[in-house]
Amino acid sequence: MKLGILGTLSIGAMLVGQVTFAETVKIGFVTTLTGGAGAIGNDMRDAVELALDHLGRKMGSSNVKMFYEDDTFKPDVGKLKTEKLVKKDKVHFVTGYIWSHVLMASRNSVVGKGPFMITSNAGPGPVAGKLCHEDFFSTSWQNDQTTMAMGEVLNQLGIKDLYIMAPNYAAGKGMVAGVTRTFKGNIIGKDMTKFPAQLDFSAELAKIRAAKPDAVFVFYPGKHGMQFFKQYAQAGLNGSIPLYSAFTVDSLNLPRLKDLAEGSLMTQFWAPDLDNAVNKRFVTDYRKKTGRYPTFYAAQSYDTIMLINSAVTAVGGDLSNKKGMRTAMRKANFPSVRGPFKYGNNHFPIQNFYLRKAVKDTDGNYTTTIIKTVYTNHQDPYAKDCKMSW
Amino acid sequence: MNWTLLLEQTLNGFQFGILLFLLAAGLTLIFGIMDLINLAHGSLYMMGAYFAATFTKWTGSFLLGAILAIPACMAFGMIVEMIALRTLYTRNHLDQVLATFGLILFFNEFVRLIWGPIGLDIPLPEVLNGSVELFLGIRYPAFRLVIIAVGILVAFLLYLLVSRTKLGMLIRAGASNRQMISALGVNINFLYTIVFGLGAALAGLAGLMAGPIMTVEIGMGEGILIITLVVIVIGGVGSIKGAFVAALLVGLIDTLGRSFLPDILGLFFSNDVADTAAPAISSMLIYLLMALILAIKPQGLFPPRGA
Repeated sequence: MKLGILGTLSIGAMLVGQVTFAETVKIGFVTTLTGGAGAIGNDMRDAVELALDHLGRKMGSSNVKMFYEDDTFKPDVGKLKTEKLVKKDKVHFVTGYIWSHVLMASRNSVVGKGPFMITSNAGPGPVAGKLCHEDFFSTSWQNDQTTMAMGEVLNQLGIKDLYIMAPNYAAGKGMVAGVTRTFKGNIIGKDMTKFPAQLDFSAELAKIRAAKPDAVFVFYPGKHGMQFFKQYAQAGLNGSIPLYSAFTVDSLNLPRLKDLAEGSLMTQFWAPDLDNAVNKRFVTDYRKKTGRYPTFYAAQSYDTIMLINSAVTAVGGDLSNKKGMRTAMRKANFPSVRGPFKYGNNHFPIQNFYLRKAVKDTDGNYTTTIIKTVYTNHQDPYAKDCKMSW
Repeated sequence: MNWTLLLEQTLNGFQFGILLFLLAAGLTLIFGIMDLINLAHGSLYMMGAYFAATFTKWTGSFLLGAILAIPACMAFGMIVEMIALRTLYTRNHLDQVLATFGLILFFNEFVRLIWGPIGLDIPLPEVLNGSVELFLGIRYPAFRLVIIAVGILVAFLLYLLVSRTKLGMLIRAGASNRQMISALGVNINFLYTIVFGLGAALAGLAGLMAGPIMTVEIGMGEGILIITLVVIVIGGVGSIKGAFVAALLVGLIDTLGRSFLPDILGLFFSNDVADTAAPAISSMLIYLLMALILAIKPQGLFPPRGA
């Protein structure tokens, strides 16, 4: 009798719990799904879907609804889609953003207007520094960091004269600034090319040949990376001047670049062979699902979903408890593909950076592998400009 | 002054100019003779690259792929003309812009449906993938030399076509005064279809030559289309000679400007200013040139006589 009452009461309590906090978690994801860069957006979407599969399509006991929006690589379109997500779809989290200029244009439509904003890729200096905000988080990195690690690597390799090329937009400038911070040698040439219009680098490659640097460093994300490597080889520079890069060679264009990129060195916070249980599961299941290796874009997007999950489960599905979600996210207590890490005061990860090399794996596929750790628990240089503390 | 660098950049400028010429020649003929603003010219460029990519994959040889792709483009262009463009000749330019812009969107989706959203690659034979040692010790990519050579050959063949054949005579007459040749009893429909096919073949050739250097992907023609419009305005609409001169001029100014402007600016201003201003100004140079030409010679450098 007593057991019966106890049983009914507990079931009743559970049911009440389910009914009150069953609000669906709405997550907006702004990325590029069409055009030349569409492959990146599709990669990120695949990772998000995989993350949701791993979570059983639920966060705690709440359902999840994803709103994927295409910024078509344009800041004005990205901003428009962001506003739609915030005002019309009333999402709780706005995430994604491959491109720094799209992020900068869209930031003010989210931050301070209700939803949290989590960048799954872009990390321009201002949002990590002066424009940091309690509702803004990153599951990727700050643009300068990866190239600061590259500058360090170049110093260690004894490079004296460096030639830099990057596209002339927010992220390009950030990447170049990063290398300039840590590289101790001479930068004998710097070319900022028109982005995304310029795909033919013949003029700049001719200048590189004339300048005869010890090494060349480039940042050309997406399809521009493909072009650059191809044209670099066609210009005959491949054997003579070593080429270093960041975010230029990824799992999407490696299978097409093949030997052109083999042996190429780059820095990154992650690689498919990073040795931890979460990452192993992520990479294995991703390859099973899509037949290809995940890019770092995918890895970062996977972490975005896991971060949101940690927030939602911490508040028991009560999405109005923003303070609780923020506290949970700040703990960075979720299974991340990069291993355990902490957040800086500006909500950007303090994490390791590794030197990676493009290689062939045992099945003959092209992927990247970690050679060594360059930075341990590195914090971005803009954190000191951020006035937040907690 | 680094002479080898200057020479190499001049070659680069020529190569870019030749690609522009192939596109501009077709576009200027279509605009001059048919009075049709064809924004979808960039899409024909894209189709050339896609056809070549597919044929190269099927036959295993880039040369065969290219040879097959050109008539394929020509046929494709003629079909598009017969189905979609015939109704536009009588309409004003704005309607033509709207309609051909719609064609751009249509072709982009068409390509996505057939070839998928990710771009394609055109593998070159090994001999073309490396660089060649030229005079003065300059190393230049072999394929870009091929582009220059092919372009000059095509320019020469076009010159022969336009000045020595009956078709060429009709083309020149049509560029000067369309109504007159119609009144003289020439089959306008047939002429228009042939001219459009020729323009499409030239655009396709440009596309399949640009493909191996840059990726073959959706929307690849849009950027270069704008520059092509600048070229035909500078050269004079309807004039192939104008297109040739203007294309080389634009190619050289754009390439040399991009290479040397940072250094030239650096002579007068601080490095920071030069670094920020140079990329912006060098992308404006060709438009400044167009504005200048329009101010001095509004009809273009070599307008066809009677225009």
